[in-house]
Amino acid sequence: MVEFAGWYMPVQYRGIMEEHRTVRSLAGLFDIGHMGQVDVTGPDALAFLQYVTTNDISKLEPGVAQYGMMLYPDGGVVDDIFVYRRPTGPGFFVVINAANTDKDVAWLHEQRQQRQNLDVTVTNLSNELGMIAIQGPKAESILQHLTDVPLSSVKYHTAVDAHLDGIPCLVGRTGYTGEDGFELYCPIEQTGQLWDRLLEAGTPEGLQPIGLGARDTLRLESRMSLYGNEISAEINPLEAGLSWAVKFDKGDFIGRDALSKQKEQGIRRRLVGFKMVERGGVPRSHFEVQVDGKSVGFVTSGTSSPTLGENIGLALVDRSVAGVGKPLDIVIRGKPVRAVQVKMPFYKRPGA
Amino acid sequence: MTEVPQDLRYTRTHEWAKFDADVATVGVDDYAQNELGDLTYLELPEPGTTVTQNEPMGVIESVKAASDLYAPISGEVIESNPEATNAPDLVNTSPYQQGWLLRVRMSDPSEANNLMDAGDYEKFLEEQGGGH
Repeated sequence: MVEFAGWYMPVQYRGIMEEHRTVRSLAGLFDIGHMGQVDVTGPDALAFLQYVTTNDISKLEPGVAQYGMMLYPDGGVVDDIFVYRRPTGPGFFVVINAANTDKDVAWLHEQRQQRQNLDVTVTNLSNELGMIAIQGPKAESILQHLTDVPLSSVKYHTAVDAHLDGIPCLVGRTGYTGEDGFELYCPIEQTGQLWDRLLEAGTPEGLQPIGLGARDTLRLESRMSLYGNEISAEINPLEAGLSWAVKFDKGDFIGRDALSKQKEQGIRRRLVGFKMVERGGVPRSHFEVQVDGKSVGFVTSGTSSPTLGENIGLALVDRSVAGVGKPLDIVIRGKPVRAVQVKMPFYKRPGA
Repeated sequence: MTEVPQDLRYTRTHEWAKFDADVATVGVDDYAQNELGDLTYLELPEPGTTVTQNEPMGVIESVKAASDLYAPISGEVIESNPEATNAPDLVNTSPYQQGWLLRVRMSDPSEANNLMDAGDYEKFLEEQGGGH
């Protein structure tokens, strides 16, 4: 068990590699109650969210979920988020990172204060909701045991209200692993019951609880960002390869001017994926990256990939050295070790 | 239960040593492999290298962390285990047998007395909260 963003969480239950493989081939259960959730309601909820986020919220039909970011005026990232338009009823449901919950809520309240003309209410729900993820090829069939709602009709990045074993939940077909799966939101006092029921229903099909270690190897193989590593106050969405989640033409939003300007001037750093081709250890966050002996950037995240059997990572490097097939040297314990840049994601599930 | 073979000697940094005349076979123990998790990488000193008791001599890396390896005794490395370097998970599954790491010709066999025997090491692990 380790401390993570103020929460006490397991790095692993049985072993990172075993848990990783279980999610890719069967199903895994994640207790992600550390994540934060915020309700945004009122006649001007849409206008408010449009202004504080990068993606186009007006595109959301009821029940649709969308990835985006909140930015500082200089284009740096406050947090990456998922915005759901509620399946029934008005308002929006925003899911935020555990490490940033207090910061995000304060940020939203501050932005809300600066816009007294908007009729919008921001409510922090983080302490009232539990969150569990079930991910893997068997996730749907296992979850189906707990509800009459036909889960096959719930499309990717949409959510429905459903009773799971009688517990009222928001069920979203979303995840942080690259596999098919669901993220479930329920009243916090019923999280234990939901967890137990899922394990009961899923263990015969191979379901296992999964810790933070495998959570990281899974998301990295699928090239998903971790706030603090790939994006941060110092790394903006354009550098991180997330311009697809930034809709410059949706109207004004915080950070738009700064990013526009940088886009015009040319983005000098780029996030690239690489794999080690020389033996020398595992690349880790903050390791220096060199080309021809010159420092060109740093590793944002790295690990041993259980699926690929190789050491992989993401690095933020000078655009002049970026390009699939081009070499990088990762400095591991003082020694430059050769890597090659590869296409991302490192892993894509069959049929995706 | 952490496995602690009775015929070995141990360091505070969880390496083990087995003695045969002036040659020591060295590895990391069951406690270490369990704490580190799935091992993915080993950096061991080449044959001919001199190692010094209690000084770092290499690296052992798992999915979650990298750790220094410390020499249990001083001497010259005569052999390193290629099976372990090629497949570090061997150290997870067999830390005392197939997962041995080095053979060292000791420069001072009396250094063995500086190491803990199995009984002392088990007590040491309990104090660490790790004898489970």
